[in-house]
Amino acid sequence: MTRTTPIGWTLVFSAWLIATVSTLGALFLGEVMGYTPCILCWYQRIAMFPLVLVLAAGLFPFDARVVRYALPLALTGLGLALFHLALTAGWIPESLKPCQQGVPCSSIPVVWFGFVTIPLLSVLSFLLIAGLLLITHLKDYK
Amino acid sequence: MKQKSIFVISAIVLLLVFAAGILFYTGQQEKAANLLAETHRAALMRMHSPTAGNAEAPVVIVEFLDPACETCRAFYPRVKQLMSDNPDKIRIVLRYAPLHTGSDKVVAMLEAAHRQGKFWIALETLLANQAGWVQHHTANPEAAWQLLGGIGLNMEQMDKDMNSPETASVIAQDVADAKTLNVTMTPEFFVNGKPLPDFGFNQLKTLVDRAMADSRAR
Repeated sequence: MTRTTPIGWTLVFSAWLIATVSTLGALFLGEVMGYTPCILCWYQRIAMFPLVLVLAAGLFPFDARVVRYALPLALTGLGLALFHLALTAGWIPESLKPCQQGVPCSSIPVVWFGFVTIPLLSVLSFLLIAGLLLITHLKDYK
Repeated sequence: MKQKSIFVISAIVLLLVFAAGILFYTGQQEKAANLLAETHRAALMRMHSPTAGNAEAPVVIVEFLDPACETCRAFYPRVKQLMSDNPDKIRIVLRYAPLHTGSDKVVAMLEAAHRQGKFWIALETLLANQAGWVQHHTANPEAAWQLLGGIGLNMEQMDKDMNSPETASVIAQDVADAKTLNVTMTPEFFVNGKPLPDFGFNQLKTLVDRAMADSRAR
C-alpha cells in the first residue's frame, strides 16, 4: 500500500462528486424551485440518489469492487435518462409516452442556454458516472 | 488522512452551496412575489368576492381557497381564531381557487350559496365534512350537494344559480386572477397586498401582526 492516492480512488471520488451534485441539483429543482418530478424523473432519482451513499461507502476504505454495486444503478439510470431525452426531443412518437397523469414526461420545464434541459443533464451525469466506474474497473484488473 | 479531508471538505462545500442557493432563490422569489402582487393590485380583490369582518378593518387578508383542499380546512379555524382574537381589526376576502379535480362544481355551489347570503355557513359545512365528499384528492360534487341540502338553502335556486353564466364568470375571474398572481397552491394568503414569504400559519400571523402595527403607527 502506497501512501499516495490510488487512481481508482480519485475516479470513484469523481463519480461520487457528480452523483452528489446531481442529487442536490434534483432536490433543488424539486423541493426549492417547486417543479414536480414526472414519473421518469422519479425513476432516474431512484438510480441516482443511492449512488451518493454507495460510492461514498466504497471510498473508505477504498474498494474497487464498489463498481459492481454502483454500475448497475448508473447504467439503469443512463437508460432511463436516454429514453427521457428521446421523449422530450420528440424522437419517440406520442403513443410511446408512458405518462398519462400528473406531469407529462415530455414537458420541458427548464431550458438553459437554449439547449440544456434536465434530461440532458441527467444523461450527462449518468454517462460520466458509468464511464468513470468502467475505467475504475478496467484499471483494477490491469 | 488526506482522502478523508478531501471527501469531507467537498461534502461540506456542496452542502453550503446548496444552502446558499436556497437562501438566494427564496429571497429572489419573495421579491418577485411582492412585486407581482404590487403590480396587480386589481387582481387581488374583486367586488363579487365573499367577505367577512369589519369593512373598515385596517388589515385585509385575501385567501385563495379550494374547498377540497385539506390544508385549507386545517387553516380555516385558525384564521377564524386569529380574526376573533383581533376583533374589528381583520377583514377576510375569499377567492376561489378550484385546483382539485371536481372542485370547480363545488365552488359553483359556494357561489350559488353566496347569492343566497349563505356563503359562510356553506363553506363551513363543506370544510367540516370534507372527508365525506373528498376522497383521494378528488371532489365528489354529488356528495357535496347532499351536504348543502341540509343547511336551509333554496336548492332549486341553487341549481339555477350554480349553472348561471354569472357564476361561471365569477369563477373564471378568480381563476384568472390566481393565475395572474401566480397562485399555484392553496391556501394562499395576501395580507394587505403582501404574499406570505413562505408557507405557514406563523408566517401569516407575523404578517398580520406587522400590518396591524403599521396601521397603528399611521
